[in-house]
Amino acid sequence: MCRIGAIKSKVAFHPSLALHLMLPQQEGHDNSGFAMVMQDLEGVFAKYKDKPLLSLACTQKGAAMVEHFMETNNFTPLYEWIPRGVRQPGLDIKAMPYYIFRVYDYPEHYRTATQEAKEELLLDTRLALRELLEKEENGFVYSFWPDVLTLKEIGDPRDIAVYFKLWDNTGDLMAKNVVVQCRQNTNYEIVRYAAHPFFLQGYTLCANGENTFYTKNKEYQKSLHRGYIGFESDSQNFLYTLHYVLKVLKWPIKYYKHVITPLPFDEIAKRPDKRELTAIRQSLGHLEINGPNTIIAMLPDGRMMTCCDSKKLRPVVVGGDGTTIAISSEVCGLNQILPHRNQELDVYPNEREVVVITRELEVERWKQ
Amino acid sequence: MEAVKIQDVSVNDLPWKIQYQPERCTMCGSCVAACTFNAIEVAMERRSITVSTGHQPEPSQRHMATPVIKQKAAVANACVGCGMCEKVCPNNAIKPMRNPDSRINCLNRSGGTTVKRGGRASLNSADRTLDKIVVGRISQMTDPALDSERHTFDILAPFGRVLLPHELPLKSNGEELTLSGHTPPVRWIYPVIFSDMSIGALSTRAWEAVALATAYLNEKHKLPVRMCSGEGGMPVKLMQSEYLKYMILQIASGHFGWNRIIKAMPHMKVDPAGILIKIGQGAKPGDGGLLPAAKVSKTVQSIRGVPKADLLSPPNHQGLYSIEESVQKMFMSMNAAFKFRVPVAIKCAASATSVSVYNNLLRDPYKICGGFFIDGIQGGTGAANEVSLDHTGHPVVSKIRECYLAAVKQGRQGQIPLWAGGGVGLTGNAAADAFKLICLGANGVFIGKILVQLCGCVGNEHGRCNACNTGNCPAGICTQNPRLVKRLDIDKAAQNIVDYMLALDSEFKKLMAPVGNSSLPVGRSDALVTTDKAIADKLAIQYVC
Ligand code: SF4
Ligand code: SF4
Repeated sequence: MCRIGAIKSKVAFHPSLALHLMLPQQEGHDNSGFAMVMQDLEGVFAKYKDKPLLSLACTQKGAAMVEHFMETNNFTPLYEWIPRGVRQPGLDIKAMPYYIFRVYDYPEHYRTATQEAKEELLLDTRLALRELLEKEENGFVYSFWPDVLTLKEIGDPRDIAVYFKLWDNTGDLMAKNVVVQCRQNTNYEIVRYAAHPFFLQGYTLCANGENTFYTKNKEYQKSLHRGYIGFESDSQNFLYTLHYVLKVLKWPIKYYKHVITPLPFDEIAKRPDKRELTAIRQSLGHLEINGPNTIIAMLPDGRMMTCCDSKKLRPVVVGGDGTTIAISSEVCGLNQILPHRNQELDVYPNEREVVVITRELEVERWKQ
Repeated sequence: MEAVKIQDVSVNDLPWKIQYQPERCTMCGSCVAACTFNAIEVAMERRSITVSTGHQPEPSQRHMATPVIKQKAAVANACVGCGMCEKVCPNNAIKPMRNPDSRINCLNRSGGTTVKRGGRASLNSADRTLDKIVVGRISQMTDPALDSERHTFDILAPFGRVLLPHELPLKSNGEELTLSGHTPPVRWIYPVIFSDMSIGALSTRAWEAVALATAYLNEKHKLPVRMCSGEGGMPVKLMQSEYLKYMILQIASGHFGWNRIIKAMPHMKVDPAGILIKIGQGAKPGDGGLLPAAKVSKTVQSIRGVPKADLLSPPNHQGLYSIEESVQKMFMSMNAAFKFRVPVAIKCAASATSVSVYNNLLRDPYKICGGFFIDGIQGGTGAANEVSLDHTGHPVVSKIRECYLAAVKQGRQGQIPLWAGGGVGLTGNAAADAFKLICLGANGVFIGKILVQLCGCVGNEHGRCNACNTGNCPAGICTQNPRLVKRLDIDKAAQNIVDYMLALDSEFKKLMAPVGNSSLPVGRSDALVTTDKAIADKLAIQYVC
């Protein structure tokens, strides 16, 4: 079982907070990896909020390939932040030679393009880069999106933090939202892409648990969208369905739960919106997700959400102190980073419940 | 001494030989009365016995004519091994034995006509793919298994055309979606349909037993099982009752019974569960349907509006020469007849070309085909040419898989629900067969033969009985002979079916629980494994050893 978490705050914080959230929950993970997606960045990236930021880990050759590709495709580099790894002996980390976080400007002819067109370009570029690097394993490109930074590494989260100097709050790397996971995927080989959180066009998601409908989901998702690729983890399905429901179908957020864990037919029959729910359930049957799981997701507009499987076989808790709210697999993580919050206000989402944290840090809960 | 006529038929030429123990026989005559095939008769035999009656042994020979039970040495009266004589004999004096030296295949065709038989294929049934597949992904640590006794399960399958999400007429106001406009009708029903067996093929009592079981399962046990009428229509009273909602009406290539259905339409209180257009049947593809005159009783004549004669349904729908045409003419008219409120599905025999048909249906621009029923070789039939029954057909398992994967390629899986039949429950466990077929991509299955067996049919795949075409069904299941029909206890037969279905439902849960699914695992091929490399390759499931 993985441990997952997310922090959303009115004031920018340093990723060390995410480590503090995750490390107490150590019983539930095996120190085999750490990954996070940061959104709404401050610090060194504060100035470039509307420019796409590329996050990748690569070899020297890979770096050159990416540079060449981006240049040929008319992206202009604006700023880059390359963490220099602390290569001290004894660290449990399988580091790549380079980690590049580089802000680009859109190609000239895209500067006046619609938002939609830009979003498609960013996706296509990331997919092309991934393909380019994949052939000879020259690197991994995690995200290419404005105001989003992704870091994924294999190894002990503590050592990874040492390596990237994530314990020292220098003020360089700051964000208001972060989604984080400890441990790699166990179901499949440990590959960098398999580490949660997954990211696609502004949607970030990580999951704790299993998806027994993985094959079925994957077979369906493959033909739904060119961005639905990889499938290194059975949890990727959660992200793709979230993206499909919200971005492709443009349905309101509450229908995500109706797609992944549809109500039983006899309950649907009792509802006033039974026609809609039946139509959705039958049409999207292949996106249903079965198995014990909890998910935490972050939307492009900065909202966060969490929900769990229909039988609530995996735990999750939400708690906050007015300035910062965190979602976490276990309450010990919350106690570590928000010790003074009123614990009685903690929310333990029920089965069939969705919890959304708005941009104003309000906690909305609704029954499916 | 009489000259031996070596070409005469002897009992040893027949497939079954009667084993008779005269010393046990009290000549009650029960066996002769019970044998519907007239295979045995009372005869006189000259016997010599040695007796000694005095105080001291003084054996003497006595000759006498003794009445015995004797098997007839005639092809027309060949014993079918049904065992009725054995069942009724109070003294255990008689039973049929399989005769490995039978010459029946040579003798049968003596009249120069094809041999007709009912029941099931005697070849192709030993080596079942489904038996070489097991549910191999048992979640215990990774995905906690469910508890089949404590969790709730949603065991339902679609019958009807499903639209792709972006085709749904949904409008969003940012908060809610509202459905505006028509969507094709879809019924969520139990994933096991009682297959199309007509009144005529079945006796009215057997048909009634299945109908009774259907109603009981729905009304009492809330198990939404649907039954297909079979070709030939059904009683007007039933069509005008509430129970019609549990029935799928069938139109087959003979179009028998549709007059009455059309006449009953204005008086129907409820819509039927669906329409099934039967193109072909898996146990004898290419042969069409055949109801021998022997089975065309008064009731059948009146339901179908026909005289007492062989009733043949052509092997295809005459006048339709392509899939496209079928879609346009047949589906359109059937859909329109019920004002697009009733799902219309199609049933074809599994064949090398099933995938082409399915692909065509998937591309149908009207989006009205509500299901593709594929019927495999291991099913049964009321009457067929033996050569067709044993030597034509196609197994259903790989066809279902191919159709599912063809849909996957196009991102259209689930749009036209796949239903598999033909040998489901052949070895007695329909739940396991259904579960595996569902994992391979079927939405549900249809069963027929096993229902007949639950009514008391004694036939099997090894040539036992299979006399469904003769009108002499010893179990009263597929005959219209009033004397034989009475042998069937309707209530008992219905009860057997109900009990079996309840057990099947629990077994479904037992299979869904370990793989961690609370709804049907359609397409969850990852849950299956096989120890047969060829099967693994063909079905794209995991090979294990
Ligand atoms: S087994 Fe059946 S067919 Fe054969 S003699 Fe007995 S009753 Fe007649
Ligand atoms: S018992 Fe009746 S239904 Fe069964 S095989 Fe014999 S004739 Fe057919």
